[in-house]
Amino acid sequence: MASTIRVRATSSGDTTEVQALIQHPMDSGFVKNSAGELIPPHFIQQLTFEYGGKPVFIADWGPAVSKDPYVKFSFKGGKKGGDLKISWLDNKGASDSFTAKIQ
Amino acid sequence: MRLTFRSAVTGLVLATLTFAAVQISDAADSPNPPADLKAFQKYFTDKFPKLKLKDFVNGPYSMDAGLYKQWKEKEEFPPYEFALAAGKELFNKPFKNGKTFADCFPNKGIGIRQNYPTFDKKQGKVVTLELAVNQCLENNGEKPFSYTKDEMASVTAYMAFTSRGKPFNIKIPNDPRALAAYENGKRYFYTRRGQLNFSCATCHVQIPGDHIRAEVLAPALGILNAMPIYRSEWAGMGTTSRRFTSCNSQVRAVPLTPQDDEYRDLEYYLSYVSNGLPISGPGARP
Repeated sequence: MASTIRVRATSSGDTTEVQALIQHPMDSGFVKNSAGELIPPHFIQQLTFEYGGKPVFIADWGPAVSKDPYVKFSFKGGKKGGDLKISWLDNKGASDSFTAKIQ
Repeated sequence: MRLTFRSAVTGLVLATLTFAAVQISDAADSPNPPADLKAFQKYFTDKFPKLKLKDFVNGPYSMDAGLYKQWKEKEEFPPYEFALAAGKELFNKPFKNGKTFADCFPNKGIGIRQNYPTFDKKQGKVVTLELAVNQCLENNGEKPFSYTKDEMASVTAYMAFTSRGKPFNIKIPNDPRALAAYENGKRYFYTRRGQLNFSCATCHVQIPGDHIRAEVLAPALGILNAMPIYRSEWAGMGTTSRRFTSCNSQVRAVPLTPQDDEYRDLEYYLSYVSNGLPISGPGARP
């Protein structure tokens, strides 16, 4: 199974720009399916980006974030070739992580 | 107030006139697909003189500077990436009998999107890529995919991706049934239907580039080159079948079943008149 996380991190000088796309249904728990039953909530609760063992970006998410979320941010101190670790944890306890090289 | 009204009316009359010009050349005594193609492409290049022919495959993005900018940024991280990966996996996964999709298609299914839909003389009907995918599954004892999304969209997305940049090359063989299918598709395209009394051409020939609420209407030329598409509106992928059925519901007409004869003929006509324009699928649309 391919990873649910796609990342592109590029360093230019002292800032590193990160873009990430995560595959997740992000069901809010307020939507009904075609049979009229509520689709149970299923969403990412925490998303973490770590560089050099330290978190550089943490997002506490809830049901309001849309399906297959996309994140873009930048941080200082990233170096070309460094490892950026991304992980998420959802309300059902599922998780995934991925390590990307900074370009 | 009256002035504005009048200029609006003149605009409408003009639009109708230019629109009619396409139809008149279409409605020559005997069906003439090459002439249709020329008139169809000329209509769009005249209407949008700044655009190159190959730009039309990018639908609404070629029509609106703001959207174009957003799209360029999106293309660095295309939302159809997951479907593409899933499609590649599905495409290469062997069936229960050990065969794969590659065994059903010419050139092992790679780089052939531009040849579909094709007229199959044996079956006597238009075979679209989606239909061919399901026929392949059924011939190998597998369950067919849903025509509108999910696996079907992923597999066709992967197949389209391997054809990117190759020009549409739809052929109408010397067979009266093929010509009849083409004519039927054309008729469907220009026929008004539904509570709103819209034809496909109303939105996609008469007023592409204009807005329907916040949406920019795509030109009919090159519209199928980008299929299947990821639509933000759908929060997912959709095939040509999904686009056709949703178009029909949007004009409050009763959609046909996906891959109905009429829909396949429509796809045949619409693909043929985009011959020469490159495949850009899978695409992303608002």
